[in-house]
Amino acid sequence: MSRTTTTLCLAFVLGGAGLLAVLNLATPAGSALHVPTYVVSLAGKYLCYAMLAVAVDLVWGFAGILSLGHAAFFALGGYAMGMYLMRQIGTRGVYGNAILPDFMVFLNWKSLPWYWHGFDNPMFAIVMVLLVPGVLALVFGWLAFRSRVSGVYLSIITQALTYALLLAFFRNDMGFGGNNGLTDFKDMFGVPLHVDATRDGLLVATALFLSAQLLIVRYVVTSRFGKVLIAVRDAESRTRFLGYRPESYKLFVWVLSAVMAGIGGALYVPQVGIINPSEFSPANSIETVIWVAVGGRGTLAGAVLGAVLVNLGKTYFTGALPELWLLALGALFILVTLLLPNGLLGLARRRPRAVATPTTPAAEPAE
Amino acid sequence: MTHRDTLLYLDGVTIHFDGFRALNALSLVLEHGEMRAVIGPNGAGKTTMMDVITGKTRPDSGTVVFGANTDLTRLDEPDIAALGIGRKFQKPTVFGPHTVWDNLLLALAGDRRPRFTLWARQSDEERDRIEDILRTIRLAEHRDRRAGDLSHGQKQWLEIGMLLAQEPKLLLVDEPVAGMTDAETEQTAELLREINRTRSVVVVEHDMAFVRALGVKVTVLHEGSVLSEGSIDHVSSDPRVIEVYLGR
Repeated sequence: MSRTTTTLCLAFVLGGAGLLAVLNLATPAGSALHVPTYVVSLAGKYLCYAMLAVAVDLVWGFAGILSLGHAAFFALGGYAMGMYLMRQIGTRGVYGNAILPDFMVFLNWKSLPWYWHGFDNPMFAIVMVLLVPGVLALVFGWLAFRSRVSGVYLSIITQALTYALLLAFFRNDMGFGGNNGLTDFKDMFGVPLHVDATRDGLLVATALFLSAQLLIVRYVVTSRFGKVLIAVRDAESRTRFLGYRPESYKLFVWVLSAVMAGIGGALYVPQVGIINPSEFSPANSIETVIWVAVGGRGTLAGAVLGAVLVNLGKTYFTGALPELWLLALGALFILVTLLLPNGLLGLARRRPRAVATPTTPAAEPAE
Repeated sequence: MTHRDTLLYLDGVTIHFDGFRALNALSLVLEHGEMRAVIGPNGAGKTTMMDVITGKTRPDSGTVVFGANTDLTRLDEPDIAALGIGRKFQKPTVFGPHTVWDNLLLALAGDRRPRFTLWARQSDEERDRIEDILRTIRLAEHRDRRAGDLSHGQKQWLEIGMLLAQEPKLLLVDEPVAGMTDAETEQTAELLREINRTRSVVVVEHDMAFVRALGVKVTVLHEGSVLSEGSIDHVSSDPRVIEVYLGR
């Protein structure tokens, strides 16, 4: 993506988040300029989705790995954060147990499972937010890329991965609250969550994390590493004969992308107030791919734009015409694929940047 | 175990694909600094031989030795590329979205690991080296063009340039003049001779006029093994070669 697009995108993210937060805090409730708190949280949620979309764009747009299970990393980051928030509730829960979260008391558990230890410590929780998605991606990617699994086969395995996690987290015995997930959070890092200023702070924090993510990913894809990555995307076996090991390149971006998705999930949970197994649903991962395709694959800014626009549409549709939403989403994906192979950002420039454009042989003669 | 002048040594290499013998006890010896043309009808095993040398395909039996005593059958593609064997494919495969310059930059000999390329800055030596290659392959004015936008002949040259950038000891070139104009074919022969001054080259080609223009030792493959070997005049008067080429 070009420098201008990056700058515009950062201005949109940081400016938009800052403006919403200021208008929420500094204007009285009745004023025409006032932004209600639910809008602030909604915007925060969109930006978390944008982080997931940028993570998907990194692997799909630049390495050609079509992940249909990226929401799994997002959800794992979310669960790690949720476990911390759960432990912070303490005696304020319905059952007033200082150690055990409500759902464990309800299930008649007597002690905390081993994997819940440490989550009362915020630093430990933050490390887990990074580590759990990262390690899962490392193991998964190491096995898949080393055996040269790619294309549609890899997409299917990623889908299976998130589906397996969905089923696992649904089980009460897993110790993550089963069907209901983790919810009823009270405070975070000692600050009450249900306060306007906290909501504004979370929105701005998400905007900052998203901006940092964009800058890091942009550095990676424009470096010599990124050039090799694009070469791997378009002609993997050719890069091998040049002496590169495509599996190392894919593994690096795969893990980086999973960690970034996990951070997105961790920021999502306090703003939405709940994390449950439905976040692992394969449909979520597929929707993310649609956001990226709508905005423009391989453009990064397009991923942000796509995530925000499609989710605005989703919020509107699911309120006004709920039965039509899935049809509209499906139609959107088909139309974008047919008419805008380079997404909305592809519309903006006649000649897409060399670095950013995935090779679409079918579209070549049209240029 | 091999003669000290030998760069590449294939002995008794056999490969089956679903019961079909793609290579049948193929033996071939290439000396340091030699240029060799390999010809043969379709399905003779020319491309499979390239696949074996570059590690894409493992032989069922036989020896493939590079240099003094490196067993190529135990290595994979990146390892073999790092040893100094470069390969140009039949269909030119350049990196379309990258500029001509970047294609050469990626091919330049150097550290291939992600931890290096992530922080790598283009050095002055790299720049000079790319300038040099651009002059050799006659693409200096096209340095900033997308490689995908080049003409077919220019892509072939860019790919040869990428091979040069790898600084290989041995170049394997698969059908370099397929689809080229006569003028381009002539320039390519000249280019290969120039390259051969410093490196060994194996050229697989269908175009007999081109092979004649190269003026080097010719190996004729047929049904996965060597049918005849010698000068172009020698092999083209060999009755077995005539039968294979014209007898069907």
